[in-house]
Amino acid sequence: MIKEISNEELGKLVRLIHRQYGYDFSDYARSSLKRRFQRFMDHASMEEITELSDRLLQDVTFFEHMAQFITVNVTEMFLDPLFYKTLREQVLPRLATYPTIKIWHAGCATGEEVFSMAILLEEAGLLERSRIYATDLNTVSLRKAEKARIPLKCMKDYAQNYLLSGGVEDFSNYYTTDNEHAVIQEALRRNILFFQHNLVTDQVFNEFQLICCRNVFLYFNRLLQDRVLRLFYDSLDPLGYLALGLKESMMFSEENIRFDSISPVHKIFRRKS
Amino acid sequence: MIAIGGSAGSLAVLAELLEQLPISIDCTMMIIVHRLRNVPSDLDRLLSLKAPIIEPEDKQPVLRRRIYLAPQNYHLLIEDDGTFSLDYSEPLHYSRPSIDVSFTSVAAAYGPRAAGILLSGASKDGAAGIQQIIAAGGAGIVQDPATALFDTMPQAALDRCPAAQPMNITEMIHFLTELKMSAEHDS
Ligand SMILES: C[S@@+](CC[C@H](N)C(=O)[O-])C[C@H]1O[C@@H](n2cnc3c(N)ncnc32)[C@H](O)[C@@H]1O
Repeated sequence: MIKEISNEELGKLVRLIHRQYGYDFSDYARSSLKRRFQRFMDHASMEEITELSDRLLQDVTFFEHMAQFITVNVTEMFLDPLFYKTLREQVLPRLATYPTIKIWHAGCATGEEVFSMAILLEEAGLLERSRIYATDLNTVSLRKAEKARIPLKCMKDYAQNYLLSGGVEDFSNYYTTDNEHAVIQEALRRNILFFQHNLVTDQVFNEFQLICCRNVFLYFNRLLQDRVLRLFYDSLDPLGYLALGLKESMMFSEENIRFDSISPVHKIFRRKS
Repeated sequence: MIAIGGSAGSLAVLAELLEQLPISIDCTMMIIVHRLRNVPSDLDRLLSLKAPIIEPEDKQPVLRRRIYLAPQNYHLLIEDDGTFSLDYSEPLHYSRPSIDVSFTSVAAAYGPRAAGILLSGASKDGAAGIQQIIAAGGAGIVQDPATALFDTMPQAALDRCPAAQPMNITEMIHFLTELKMSAEHDS
């Protein structure tokens, strides 16, 4: 049976990582962070938390391996198709009024969400004048995103999602295949820039008409969620849009008075000017 | 806290449980059932015929006398401060929500004030979770495999933890009705 990590042990571990490697997980939601550490220990066949801390003190590669594991990088293309449909119908027509469209994907993982956005923009005739900034904490994920190689076995589901999102093209035109992977067409990626940005410590770096930060927020506690909402507010154009994950809410944050809710179901908000 | 987990063949049982429970039940209920992904489901409507069912969002406070249903595509956890946390990490036992994840979290947050009930299902999800709930001092109940449409799930739980109690639906309802009167299980 897996032993529970206590709050005290978690605190120690988080401080050690912060001191040793500069990554600050202290304001992550405790229950899921504990679960990640537990699963990692299980995966590394470690029984005692002291074993884990000892190893972390000595072994950088081991830390990197662990960081990759605990920052959940699960993602898919056109996840929640009706969210993308709402973007097509309600948000893109507004974005079209800007001469240059700047979009930030915060916590983009391996890029599936970013490629989905590029397809939407392409179909709306907006890709040419869009600049997409896609950031994540996890550099291994970012390197994968740059290669734009997606396991072929996922593409059937993604094609289905694409159709449900209102897509009418032949989805397979958007990629080529090599053995086990689909490779997203280079032309679709021409205006995407992937780079590292840590939402906990890094600052505003541009002004956007749309920020997508989906399924990242839920790993943060309320304190950090509030801080990141302020960062997004400051990074948005007046009247810029913010999209969160379907089960992420602003309802429990004091920052919510600074945003209007455009689609409560699909969690699309708009900065109040 | 009463946490109920189920998979294939559990819906009818769940509906009957909710139907027959006294309205005044004075605790929180959390339901975790495996569902198809990306298929809008009528489940919450089906179950909410009698009592309103809430699909919690991240950081929503856990309140008494409410019935919560784990949303599709997320694991549902509970924080020490009495709020829900959602988790979008990989499925466990091919399932997200996973019963093991929620039951383990309930065990940590509620200890002896938790009861876990595992119903019919064709996977092994939930067995480790029931074990955690029992180890933390809570009650572990399993649908009698002989009465379950799919007995893999309840049987796996009984094999894994002999302290779990097998019950049929009538016995479960009786158990829950009694439970609501006992003061130490009232949150
Ligand atoms: C579950 S994935 C979400 C991927 C994508 N947005 C989606 O919804 O499909 C969460 C991502 O958040 C990233 N992340 C976690 N903490 C972060 C932080 N402090 N700053 C930036 N990204 C972070 C993780 O590395 C991971 O790639």
